[in-house]
Amino acid sequence: MKKIFTLITFSFLLLILINNSVLADNKISKVDSISKNLRCLICQGQSVYDSQSEFAISVKDLIKKKIEEGNSDNDIYEYLKNKYGDWIMYEPELDKKTLLLWILPLILFVFGGLLIFKKAFINYNKNV
Amino acid sequence: MINQLGYYSLVFCVLFSLFIITKSTRAIISKNSKFDGIYYNLVFLQLFLVLFSFFCLVFNFIVSDFSNVTVYNNSHTSKPLFYKISGVWGNHEGSLLLWLLVLILFLFLFILNSKKSENGYKLLTIVFQEVIILGFLLFIIFTSNPFEYLFPTPTEGLGLNPILQDPALAIHPPILYLGYVGTSLVFSSSLAATVNKSINSDWAKHIKKWIFASWIFLTLGIMLGSIWAYYELGWGGFWFWDPVENVSLMPWLCLTALLHSVLVLEKRNSLKNWTVILSIATFALSMSGTFLVRSGILNSIHTFANDPSRGLFILIFLFILILLAIIIYFSFEIKNPNPSNNFFWLSKETAVLINNWFMMYFLSVVLIGTLYPIFLEVISNEKISVGAPFYHKLMVPFLIPFFIFMSIGPRLKWIKDKFTKINYYQILILILSLVISYLIVEYSGVKYLFSTILISTSIFLFYSSASDLVKKNIQFPQKISHFAFSLLIISILVNGIYSKEINSNMKVGDNLTFMNKKIEFKSINFEKQDNYNLLRGHFEITEEGKIPINFQPEIRIYDQPVISTSEADIKTNLLNDNFIVFSLLKEGEVFNVRYQQKPFMIWIWISLIMLAFGGSLALIKK
Amino acid sequence: MKFKKLNLVLILLITILVFFALYLGMKKQNLYTTDHIVNKKMPNLISTELFTGEETNLSELVAKEKFTILNIWASWCAPCRSEHKHLITLSSNNNSKIVGLNYKDKIENAKSFISELGNPYDHILLDKKGFISIDIGAYGVPETYVIDNTNNKIIKKYLGPIDEFILEEIINILNS
Repeated sequence: MKKIFTLITFSFLLLILINNSVLADNKISKVDSISKNLRCLICQGQSVYDSQSEFAISVKDLIKKKIEEGNSDNDIYEYLKNKYGDWIMYEPELDKKTLLLWILPLILFVFGGLLIFKKAFINYNKNV
Repeated sequence: MINQLGYYSLVFCVLFSLFIITKSTRAIISKNSKFDGIYYNLVFLQLFLVLFSFFCLVFNFIVSDFSNVTVYNNSHTSKPLFYKISGVWGNHEGSLLLWLLVLILFLFLFILNSKKSENGYKLLTIVFQEVIILGFLLFIIFTSNPFEYLFPTPTEGLGLNPILQDPALAIHPPILYLGYVGTSLVFSSSLAATVNKSINSDWAKHIKKWIFASWIFLTLGIMLGSIWAYYELGWGGFWFWDPVENVSLMPWLCLTALLHSVLVLEKRNSLKNWTVILSIATFALSMSGTFLVRSGILNSIHTFANDPSRGLFILIFLFILILLAIIIYFSFEIKNPNPSNNFFWLSKETAVLINNWFMMYFLSVVLIGTLYPIFLEVISNEKISVGAPFYHKLMVPFLIPFFIFMSIGPRLKWIKDKFTKINYYQILILILSLVISYLIVEYSGVKYLFSTILISTSIFLFYSSASDLVKKNIQFPQKISHFAFSLLIISILVNGIYSKEINSNMKVGDNLTFMNKKIEFKSINFEKQDNYNLLRGHFEITEEGKIPINFQPEIRIYDQPVISTSEADIKTNLLNDNFIVFSLLKEGEVFNVRYQQKPFMIWIWISLIMLAFGGSLALIKK
Repeated sequence: MKFKKLNLVLILLITILVFFALYLGMKKQNLYTTDHIVNKKMPNLISTELFTGEETNLSELVAKEKFTILNIWASWCAPCRSEHKHLITLSSNNNSKIVGLNYKDKIENAKSFISELGNPYDHILLDKKGFISIDIGAYGVPETYVIDNTNNKIIKKYLGPIDEFILEEIINILNS
């Protein structure tokens, strides 16, 4: 039975390997990757990449122009944040005001791990 | 007339609640050991009243009685019957009435189902649940009355938003509410058992089915919402980390943790405090979800019409309930009978703890991500966005250890297991998975070491859960659900990493070459339908050596209200979804065309259904 | 026992804080308004003029006035029609110059819009690609800015069409 399952699993993987269209190269343009991280401000919950509104089209054209002028991704983000506020970025930047946002879940994770460690290792050996 | 009947039924329900609460509190204090049959009748009558009220509203919607404000705002004579009915709960007032209905229904079912349980526990559960019911009744009557009069009666209604007229969206709320409300019963029950000092494996066995039932509905409810988003919104995504989506995911994560910890409680009479905490937390998250969506505090497409007075009511109500829960939890100590109540590190109990650990971590990421912008704005007046990149960055790396633990955990024995269980064959498979994944990533050009490890651990999980399917010493529902979960993960990962798309402006007659496919924009035609006009685009996609496939996405132009939507044409097969959508650009002759190839989409839905199916098998078993 | 009491107090405190924060959050307006643009310096705009086709520099145009009113509009924008009469009223004010920024429009359509509804603008600049609007921090049409020329600061920003109340407010600012 185990052998059949091994066979099925590896055939499945082989299928992925063979199917060309699944694996063809997946390059994404800079304009696309930057605009995916920007919120379309006049839309309901769409990124600038997804939206076809006038605002989104202008922003995408502007990104293209700025890339051609030699600006880095960061320059473009800074420019837009300066005009529209941090709200336009989907990814919250790591700075003083968002430090807690990024760190708190990790602190909680470590804290939870300690509790489990205490229960399953230390206390067990104490009482056994 | 119907309006008044509906309204006064609710008022009567309030009287019933007050009566039931007083009567049962008295019975509890007098420590009567016999359960008075009258409670069946009282709750049944209450159920009948609220059902009647609900049907009054349904009736008003069906006959399009626009003297009712809710009907006027949310319906239209030309709506098909199915959507007139689903319009009943597609708005704030009606959805609350549905919440109330399910709250009372579940209490009634609980009473029917708990014949063997202790009297004190049953009465306490009734008290707590009726407090929640009373709160909702007052909320509806004072701030969200679905039976308000409108005079003079308009001849036509306002509610014909075409985006909302979709089958998946129509049944998504009731199913989701069944999930949420189930957690209310678990909440009431766990508080009751705490006061009654009966948090033990018997209670676990009893409450397990309610936990599973809620979990099944919540899973299906979330799935339906995602299906709707994928097929209707036209962007090809199914999850956006929108605050309202997050608000349904949080109780789900908590409920999944609870589902596992209650099994430990049943089997080993352990994790008592933690299970009660999870029960309280799950309900608190469900209710907070209700609050966040209706109070105006969140900025999202999903939010109902905002009204600060409603938000304030729910906030205070929720605060009182949580305060009550905290006070009860700290006042009635839950004693552990066994002093050495600790777990061996290699055991199923510890595996469940690790599952809970990761679930709580994911929950904290979603919770903090959703609430932090609100708190930040209150403190510093600055507005930030927390979007998909945040959630991905914090959660995806943790999936790697999580998958490894999940491959091993379910197979461990209770109490104590031996190290030889994790045999060398599995380590070999893990290494082979790593090699295969590296080859896939190398061949496909996605050159991230990280993706390699991620895919390989998910393949390892897939293999482990698949081989578990034939093992005899593992429970059947568990096998199905865990396998479904691993299938879900692989589908989501492959879909996320290997989806391809192209986005271009085209005129009729233009061609586009993408990978090894040719996309032709053949023609466009104008059609008239009942309540909209449409522009149908004809596209032909030809792949080398294969028959060309025709796609017909639409741009629909509605007139009431004036909205235009893009309807994608999605062709699904077992391997891929091919997705074309187009939209009109201002200039009038040029269209923006977007083609996406999305691998494994259908498996995402299949695995979710299988996941819920596994849960329902667990329900039927005992 | 003491440990437990401490836990209880801590949890109660956190719960109260969280709810209080949610309460405050609820009271706040939830629309994105870019209020942070107000009191920022107005960037200099360089663009072509609609009728003359000349390259013009905004700061040169308005150098002599106390205030500038910048109105972003387009012929394809329906609310722009409804606010147009208020702009005409504003054009009679002597303390300011009204400059129109024509947003992503066709020149012929813009010209016919003006000839149909009247020209309240002292100058009309073109923003064909929408870049200038982004530079100001605008994102839609119509939007109106009131700029103090003495220190080149944006005093007020209005999203959406101007109505009678906003008109009154602007006139009060201009006459102060």
